[in-house]
Amino acid sequence: MTFLRVNQLKVHYPVRGGFFRKVIGHVKAVDGISFELKKGETYGLVGESGCGKTTTGRTIIGLVKATAGEILFDGKDLTKLSRREFVQYRKDIQMIFQDPYSSLNPRKRVLDIVAEPLRNFEKLSPQEEKQKVQGLIEKVGLHSDSVYKYPHEFSGGQRQRIGIARALTLNPKLIIADEPVSALDVSVQAQVLNFMKDIQKEFQLTYLFISHDLGIIRYMCDRIGIMYRGQFVEEGTKDEIFHDPKHIYTKRLLASIPNADPLRRQEQQKLRQQIEKDYEQLYSRYFDAEGRVYPLKRISETHSVAIP
Amino acid sequence: MKRSVLQIESLRVSFRIQDEYYAAVDDVSLTVHENEVLAIVGESGCGKSALALSIIGLHPPERTKLEGTVVFKGKNLLTQSVQALNQIRGKDIGMVFQDPLTALNPLMTVGKQIEESMDYHTTLSTAEKRNRTLELLEQVGISNPSQTYDRYPHELSGGMRQRIVIAIAIACNPALLIADEPTTALDVTIQAQIISLLKNLQQQLNTGILLITHDLGVVAEMADRVAVMYGGEIVELADVHTLFTRPLHPYTRSLLQSIPSLQTPKETLHVIQGIVPPLTKLPRTGCRFRSRISWIHESKHEPHPILREVEPNHWVRCTCYQHFYFPDGGEKA
Amino acid sequence: MVKFILRRIMMMIPQLFVLSVLIFLLAKAMPGDALTGQLANNPKMDAQTLAEMREKLGLNDPLYVQYTRWIKNLLHGDLGLSYVHQQPVTDLLAGRMWNTILLSLCILVLTYAIAVPLGVISGRWQDSWADKLIVGYSYVSFATPLFIFALIMLFLFGFKLGWFPTGGSVDIQLEEGTFDYYISKLNHLLLPSLSGALISTVGIIQYLRSEIIDTKVKDFVRTARAKGVPEAKIYSRHILRNSFLPIAAFLGYEITGLIGGSVFLESIFSYPGIGQLFLQSIMQRDYSVVTALVMISGLATLIGTLLSDIILSVVDPRIRIE
Repeated sequence: MTFLRVNQLKVHYPVRGGFFRKVIGHVKAVDGISFELKKGETYGLVGESGCGKTTTGRTIIGLVKATAGEILFDGKDLTKLSRREFVQYRKDIQMIFQDPYSSLNPRKRVLDIVAEPLRNFEKLSPQEEKQKVQGLIEKVGLHSDSVYKYPHEFSGGQRQRIGIARALTLNPKLIIADEPVSALDVSVQAQVLNFMKDIQKEFQLTYLFISHDLGIIRYMCDRIGIMYRGQFVEEGTKDEIFHDPKHIYTKRLLASIPNADPLRRQEQQKLRQQIEKDYEQLYSRYFDAEGRVYPLKRISETHSVAIP
Repeated sequence: MKRSVLQIESLRVSFRIQDEYYAAVDDVSLTVHENEVLAIVGESGCGKSALALSIIGLHPPERTKLEGTVVFKGKNLLTQSVQALNQIRGKDIGMVFQDPLTALNPLMTVGKQIEESMDYHTTLSTAEKRNRTLELLEQVGISNPSQTYDRYPHELSGGMRQRIVIAIAIACNPALLIADEPTTALDVTIQAQIISLLKNLQQQLNTGILLITHDLGVVAEMADRVAVMYGGEIVELADVHTLFTRPLHPYTRSLLQSIPSLQTPKETLHVIQGIVPPLTKLPRTGCRFRSRISWIHESKHEPHPILREVEPNHWVRCTCYQHFYFPDGGEKA
Repeated sequence: MVKFILRRIMMMIPQLFVLSVLIFLLAKAMPGDALTGQLANNPKMDAQTLAEMREKLGLNDPLYVQYTRWIKNLLHGDLGLSYVHQQPVTDLLAGRMWNTILLSLCILVLTYAIAVPLGVISGRWQDSWADKLIVGYSYVSFATPLFIFALIMLFLFGFKLGWFPTGGSVDIQLEEGTFDYYISKLNHLLLPSLSGALISTVGIIQYLRSEIIDTKVKDFVRTARAKGVPEAKIYSRHILRNSFLPIAAFLGYEITGLIGGSVFLESIFSYPGIGQLFLQSIMQRDYSVVTALVMISGLATLIGTLLSDIILSVVDPRIRIE
């Protein structure tokens, strides 16, 4: 069942130059991507810095304006909605940010932080509000007394869970998680990732999971889209991407990941060199004259690759 | 037997926090050999960076206390004056930092920044320094050295900047390279390139590398030996293969189980109970990891845990490792 | 670079236009007009003559006609007639303008000459006794209003000790062009500019001090230390250059502040510059002079900000101007 459908989405920023600051070109942050999210799944958006994955997430939630294309959510095109109509959909789509240190207002108590979205959308009495917030805070594994504390009194992992509690207050259907654990230590990372999996089942959430870390993507996601310079190079299920990558860029990305087995160091090194050689030799088969990838082509029911 | 380049003996690094000194590095002893990568791995607050910076005296002296000895080329670095240290810094010991953007002076061309260490450590003429810099740029894999020489840091990509930082560190052929999270700020494809660059340089220059990192993947790729740090202490020390195949200390084992690895996918990740205590609240007696493995009975810990060689070249702190098990059913392959 | 400056200058045209309209309207909105002042000075003038003169001067024309006439004259360098001094405003301003520019330059040079070394000492040896002394001085000068400080200086060094002249810009007995003439000019400048400088250093000292303290702990300074760069060179090559950036950019804005300061200084030291003239003209309702002066200070502000941008782009390679 299609839940969110992104269709030929483009986000271009003008580049100005010359004496009169005329538009002389565009930075194509996102350049015509299409993908679908099914209810209850976790879709991973992967790529290196500057590939447009974060812009994509921010466009869906309305923080960035789309230049062209559609974002269909529950059959409505979010890019065409007026500000007021859009607010109704904002309830259903929430975001978890990367940095748990700067995304929570240090001057506000946890109660106010978590209740903030509630106050925007629902009129609750202070008692009802407190009950609801305490319930959520317990759900994310913190003590209900924590609601009177301030963000600096918590550790990084706890802060990220407060951020998640805030995202959950309005019973959203879709959560966009932009590098939710990359600012955390590995042991804390595990805690937040496990927790995100648990609440996904409990609240029937759909995740759009944005990350550069393929290990985490593999752990979390059902389907994956690989982005490069604002476009998709490959899309498929977890198994297809990790066991049967087709595009040279995907292969290169996968080969770059350190192998956790020190005995296979040489092997990994050889594999990388081989792929690097292929990358140079077969470049024109995967990239056009301007260095851009080709449009996605479906090679199986679930697997698509950008090849001519 | 390889020759040793650096011997750290009972090093304690303490910082003053509100009139009291707290040890961030507590009684650490290590040896780095030539042509070897010794990795120090641990999470933030374990003392690994404090250890790295103390070797060449980069902590602010007014609020830092250094005890023990750090012997390099027959001298105890901890007792050297700043002037004497300046003769060693950048010449015999090079340092690579984490964030290549902030590690470079934004107002100086990268060529001048590489040359700067030669200004103080060599008697080369201006033209010779320039030639050597171009040579270094090529050595760290920059394809058009003479153009890059006149660039400012902001004009280069992250990977290029890290290559510049490495070129600065190796400018005077140091015997020891300290690399503090050298790939953390980089994309994976760039990380792979930087790792192989460092490995190549190590072999070419016969350098000993002290690698500081939180990333076990980088350790597996680069290190020859590994020291795992927790709470300012080394809890396990072994060669890289042993550490990954037969980890013994509960912290090492927990850490390995908490990483979503690419090669060996896990159903659920292991979560280490509790949090790393802040420096001021760190337990100073007994096994420092005990509060994080509360299901292991108190009596299984040593009252005064020491780092013990449990098999040849494999050192583990505290006896609790003999009794450790995972509460949720053991290690998953 | 040239393109950038040209574009910035072109951008100043609409800004100046808006400014001129505002000044014009404000001048018109003020009670009385140029002739009201005449009436007070000349009791023989009657209402009939006044009305005729108004008509003749075009003061009864619609506002836009008056505005275009004013602007047209302005562009031809005709700033109108001062009714108090009975001479063209342009002539009135010419000599005084140079005096003010000279004074401002002196203040600027002195300010930086005092502030930069103090800021550097204060930032480098943070929390030392020297730093505490400098911070103490900057608090005192921050709390002291310019006109009170200037009065104290005038009283102490001008009247009590008699070290400096208490008014004018040059000894009138001296012949222009002689060596003594220039010495006398400098002598007249010293006290007012020192008074201005000692007060205006505070911003730069504090700014520089905190910049140095911030820069000291930056990663690239640590990199320089790890290279074995001696401490003195760490400061000259790395910390100071980076800390001076905002100070350099400050220079342009400083000009704006100087114009405000000159009003007080010139009045207190009876220094014949445009600041003194400004205050007098307001009191005497000599509006044609006031509007001209406001227009000039507006232009100076715009040039000051342009200067700041240019300086910043020259010293900071990250700001590229194509």
